[in-house]
Amino acid sequence: MPLIDLANPSRFLALASRVLPWLTAATLLAFAFGISQAYLAPDDYQQGATVKIMFLHVPAAWLGMLAWGVMSVAALGTLVWRHPLADVAAKAAAPIGAAFTLMCLVTGSLWGRPMWGTYWVWDARLTSVLVLFLMYLGVIALWRTVDDPARAARVVAVLTLVGAINIPIIKFSVEWWNTLHQPASVLRLGGSTIHPTILVPLIVMVVAFTLLFLTLHLAAMRNEILRRRVRTMQMLQADARA
Amino acid sequence: MTGTLTAVTALFIRDARIAIRIGGGAMIGVLFFLTVVTLVPFAIGPDLALLRRIGPAILWLGALLANLLALDRLITMDQEDGSLDLILMARVPLELAVATKAVAHWLTTGLPLVLAAPLLGLLLNLDPQATGAVALTLLAGTPALTFIGLIGAALTVALRRGGLLLAVLVLPLTIPVLIFGVAASNAAIVGPVPFAAPFGVLCALSLMSLVVGPFAAAVALRQGLE
Repeated sequence: MPLIDLANPSRFLALASRVLPWLTAATLLAFAFGISQAYLAPDDYQQGATVKIMFLHVPAAWLGMLAWGVMSVAALGTLVWRHPLADVAAKAAAPIGAAFTLMCLVTGSLWGRPMWGTYWVWDARLTSVLVLFLMYLGVIALWRTVDDPARAARVVAVLTLVGAINIPIIKFSVEWWNTLHQPASVLRLGGSTIHPTILVPLIVMVVAFTLLFLTLHLAAMRNEILRRRVRTMQMLQADARA
Repeated sequence: MTGTLTAVTALFIRDARIAIRIGGGAMIGVLFFLTVVTLVPFAIGPDLALLRRIGPAILWLGALLANLLALDRLITMDQEDGSLDLILMARVPLELAVATKAVAHWLTTGLPLVLAAPLLGLLLNLDPQATGAVALTLLAGTPALTFIGLIGAALTVALRRGGLLLAVLVLPLTIPVLIFGVAASNAAIVGPVPFAAPFGVLCALSLMSLVVGPFAAAVALRQGLE
């Protein structure tokens, strides 16, 4: 089905209701597999059982960034093609992205307490995730400020794209500013430094979280369309009464 | 081409004149800067050694906040008196028009902050070399603050809501400028990083915002006001 067909909300709703049960089932399966794998994974020789926080922390961080990516693509859809579904996709992704970013911060903080002896250090990665979280909240605030959803979408799209340009710059600056955190270890030249017994559950959890994001995002988009319909119907009703 | 140049010059002169003559935009920014710097010793105590150590950071934060509070005047006033509609309809590209406005705004709000910084450095017990470094980094960095702020100002004008929302949207984007501004100042004072490295990045940030700012602001105005 070409993307333009989905501009019709009824067609999108029909597609969503067909896809959502399968997506939900896949998410549940992936989590069942991932969590059992994570449970069976060996403890770290230094960090003990706390290393298992990683199975929530790393996927949450990945989704915090992925959600901004989804919002940026949707922003292009809004500004370039004026695709009505893009507005809905951008709006639905913002709170989910913010939630995953917050989850990343909270799990990281709980992990930091036993490992670094403190809940918070002004370390490069923590700080840039915190800034990302602030930017999500700014986007959500901007969405809520405007009444007219179409205009809100276009204004937020500009902010999202400016953010997409700035996030790498902020990340680079913050890293330059300070680094205590261990260097990147999952994806890097010369192979991963994580042992396969931990890496495999981690990858499964990342897949499970991504599926969860897709499910939540699709459901949120459906809810947003229904919400707009309810609003229009209420306005029509008020109009008819007057 | 000459028509565009004339229009841009006229817009520039008009904006500069308004900023200087009406409501004292430039002077209030400096006054605010002075007030912030005066407040700091009350919060942390009159310890001159400590003030000297965190002096560059205080000056940078003060300049950042003063710049932020002045952003409200950048486009909102034009919207209130209707001249924004004229600018939107004019034959001059909107990107060029908002860039001109931002340059005028920087000359009347950003530059006075840079000039005031050495004086405020005295209050914070900074030695001449440190003062010079802070002033130089402010000179290189405040254009970035203005042009990033331009985007925020355009976004909030489209919504007819400014104030706190503008601050929430703009401040996270200014973090790199703050980092490299303070880092360059400290590099000049205590080292160990050479001054040129962070200072070069600071200049790069300013140049980049000079390119991105006007385009994003023009898109925000066009999309938000239609």
